Amino acid sequence: MFNIIRNEIIAENLHKLVIMAPRIARARKAGQFVMVRLAQGEERIPLTISDADQEEGTITLFIQAIGTATRKIVAAKAGESIRDVAGPLGQATHITTWGRVVCVGGGVGTAVLYPLVKALADAGNQVTTIIGGRSKPLIILSAELAQISTALIITTEDGSLGTQGFVTAPLAKLLGDAAQIPQAVFAVGPVPMMKAVAELTRPLKIETIVSLNPIMIDGTGMCGGCRVTIGTETKFACVDGPEFDGHLVDFDGLSDRLTCYRTEEACHLIPSECKIGRGATP
Amino acid sequence: MNDSLSLKEQRAVPRVLMHELAAEERQHSFAEVNSGLTAEQALSEAARCLQCKTRPCVSGCPVGVSIPEFIAALSSGDLPRSVQILRRDNALPAVCGRVCPQEIQCEAHCVRKKNGEAVAIGYLERYVADWEMNNRKLLLTEPVPSPTGKKIVVVGSGPAGLTAAGELARYGHAVTIFEALHDCGGVLRYGIPEFRLPKMIVDEEMAHLSALGVVIEYNVIIGKTLSLSDLQEQFDAIFIANGAGLPRMLQIPGENLKGVYTANEFLTRVNLMEAGRSNNSMTPVIIRREVAVIGGGNTAIDCVRTARRLGAERAMLVYRRSEAEMPARTEEVRHAREEGIEFVMLTAPTAILSTKEGWVSALTCVKMKLGEPDASGRQRPEVVEGSDFQLSAGVVINAVGAAPNPLLSATVPDLPLNKSGTIMIDSSGETGIHGVFAGGDIVRGGATVILAMGDGKRAAAAIHSSLSAHISHPDKHCFHA
Repeated sequence: MFNIIRNEIIAENLHKLVIMAPRIARARKAGQFVMVRLAQGEERIPLTISDADQEEGTITLFIQAIGTATRKIVAAKAGESIRDVAGPLGQATHITTWGRVVCVGGGVGTAVLYPLVKALADAGNQVTTIIGGRSKPLIILSAELAQISTALIITTEDGSLGTQGFVTAPLAKLLGDAAQIPQAVFAVGPVPMMKAVAELTRPLKIETIVSLNPIMIDGTGMCGGCRVTIGTETKFACVDGPEFDGHLVDFDGLSDRLTCYRTEEACHLIPSECKIGRGATP
Repeated sequence: MNDSLSLKEQRAVPRVLMHELAAEERQHSFAEVNSGLTAEQALSEAARCLQCKTRPCVSGCPVGVSIPEFIAALSSGDLPRSVQILRRDNALPAVCGRVCPQEIQCEAHCVRKKNGEAVAIGYLERYVADWEMNNRKLLLTEPVPSPTGKKIVVVGSGPAGLTAAGELARYGHAVTIFEALHDCGGVLRYGIPEFRLPKMIVDEEMAHLSALGVVIEYNVIIGKTLSLSDLQEQFDAIFIANGAGLPRMLQIPGENLKGVYTANEFLTRVNLMEAGRSNNSMTPVIIRREVAVIGGGNTAIDCVRTARRLGAERAMLVYRRSEAEMPARTEEVRHAREEGIEFVMLTAPTAILSTKEGWVSALTCVKMKLGEPDASGRQRPEVVEGSDFQLSAGVVINAVGAAPNPLLSATVPDLPLNKSGTIMIDSSGETGIHGVFAGGDIVRGGATVILAMGDGKRAAAAIHSSLSAHISHPDKHCFHA
C-alpha cells in the first residue's frame, strides 16, 4: 500500500499527487516512470515521476484525468492509498552538457518535462523552455519552470496566455536564429506535437529527444505491448525508453497503437454507449 | 483391497482415465479441465505400480521424487506419509501434478510402459497434493525451525523462487522474496491459465510459505527499485530467479499492427489482470472471430485455448513443424483438439496484413516440409517454394518464445552472462559473484516449471551449506565453551 500524502488540483482534470514511496524516491532519476494500479481489478498504467523528495520519502506524479484509470486515481483523497506503485522503470534521461537546449512541453507533458529541465539546468545547460496548451487554465508549472529555465515561452491556442498558437512557432523562431540555435531539443507531450517538433529539427540535424507514452501492462519488458518502431528496429518503450531519438520514431504507428482500446475505454466512461457485445466484431 | 488382486490381475487393470469437463462446456469456461481422481481411482491406479527395485521413474524426474515410495504409502492408505515423501523432494506437488510433462519424464521410464501404459504418476501426485490441501487440519503443522540468524533474499516468486524460499525457510533462515509484479507466482500466475492451473493452488502454496515465516514484498524490481548491491548489504545470500522476460518477436512485417499480441501480453492481460474473464476487471483484451496463434509449445496452446474461451469461433494454432514435433504436453494438445482448436501445421507466417484502419486482417504464410534433422534432433522445417497462401485472422498472437530479462543483469556489469543473456552459474547454482545464486529461466532461457524448481532446491542447499559454516548453534556452544 502506498499512501497518498497530498492530492492537489492544478488545473481542470489535472492533479498533482504526492505519494509515499521511499525506495522509489531514493532510486528514481529524471525521465523514469512508475506502474500504478489503484486497487484490485483496476488497470496497471504507466505514469512519469515528476519529482521526488528523498527526505520525505515521496514521489510526485502529475495525472491528467482523461481515462477511466486516471479518473479513479485522482479521485482518491489524501490519506487514502494506492495498492500498487512499482518502479522506477525505464531508462533515465541521458543528461549531458550540450550548451543551449530547448525543452518543449505540451499539456500534461509539461509535468514530465519539469524534472528534465531541472536536470539539464543542473548540468550547466542554458535551457529555453517552451510550454503550450489549449488555454490559460491548462498551462501548468509556469512559475516553477520560469525559475529554473534561462527563458520561458508560453503559447496558448486561444491566446489567453502568452503567444497565440502552437509551441512549434517559437521553436521555429529559435531554430532560425543563429545566435539562439540549440544543440539539443527535448519534447514531451501529445504525439502530434512531438512529431511536429521532430520535423522542425530534422533538416537542421539537431539532436531531438522525445518521451513516448504507449500502452503498457507490466512495464518491465515482459509483455512487449509498448513496442514502438525506432528506425528499422522494434523497441520496448518500458525497458529501452521511454525516451528515444525523435528523428527515428514512427509516430504514426505509435498514434495508431494508442487507439487500440478506444472502444473498450468508451464503454467504461459511458456505459450506456457501449457497443461491445452488440453485434459481431469482424 | 488391492492385496486381493493377483499380480496378473493387477497388470490387467487399464490406466486410469481422469474425469474431464465436457469439451462443449470448456469452450466458454475457465474452470479447470481435469477434475482429479476419486479415492477409488487413485487406489486402483496406485496398485498398478509394480514397485520395481530399479525405480526407473525416479531417474526420469528432474527433482528425483521418491515415486514408488509415495505411491506405496498411498496404496497402504497412509496419505500423510505419502504427502511427506512427496514434499521431501517436491515443494510444489499440486503444481507439478498438473503441469509437468510426465510423458517425457517419469512416466516415459515406467516399466509398465513396455507392455502397455505407464502408471499415471502425475495424476497420483496431484491426488496426494490435493488431498493435502483439503486436509491440512489433519496434518501436523510443520514445525517452524529455530532461526539461524541468517537473512536470505529471493528475487522473483515463480517456481524457482518459491521452491528456494520454502527450502531455505525450513533450514531456519529468514527469507524475504521480492516480487516485481503485484501478485505472486511468476509464470504460474501470469502465464499458465486457470483452466490448467487454478490460481487458488498458487495462493495456497504462498500461504504455506508465509506460515513458515517467508516474507514477500510486491512491486519491488531488483535492478530498479533496489540494486543488487543494496541486497548484498542487507542479506547474507541472494537467489536470483527473475525469469524469462523479453518476448522474441517474429521479425515479419506487420508485427506492430493493432490486434497483434505477444503471448506474454495476451496471457498477462487475461491471467494476471483477469481481462475478459472477470466483470470486475478494467483491463481490456481484443478478441476477434478468427484468432491465429503462432508457435507449438505449451504457451502457444495456452493462448489458443484462452482465445477460444474468450469467444474466438475459429481459434488456430499455426506451427512450422508437424504435430509430432510440438513441444507442448500431449494432454494439452488433446484437450485443445477436443475444444475445436484448428491445427494449421507445417505453416510459417511471412507477414501480417491489415485493414486500412490498421487492424490485423490476415496472415500470409508459406507451407513447410520437414528436411534433415537440426541441432535439436528434430527435422528442420524447409519452405515449400510457391506455396504462399493467406489465412484470415483478426487477432494474431506470437508465442514463439522469450529471451532472458535484462532488467537486473544490465545493472550488474560484473555478473557473468552467457552469450544469450542468461546468467552463468556453476554446478551449485552460484553465479560469478560470491554469495549470489541464480536459477530458473534466467539461467535456462526458457524451460519447465519442474526444472526451475530443481534449480531452486539445488541453490537452497548450496546456500545453506555455505552459510552453515558460519552459523553458531546455541547447543553447539555448550560443547565448545
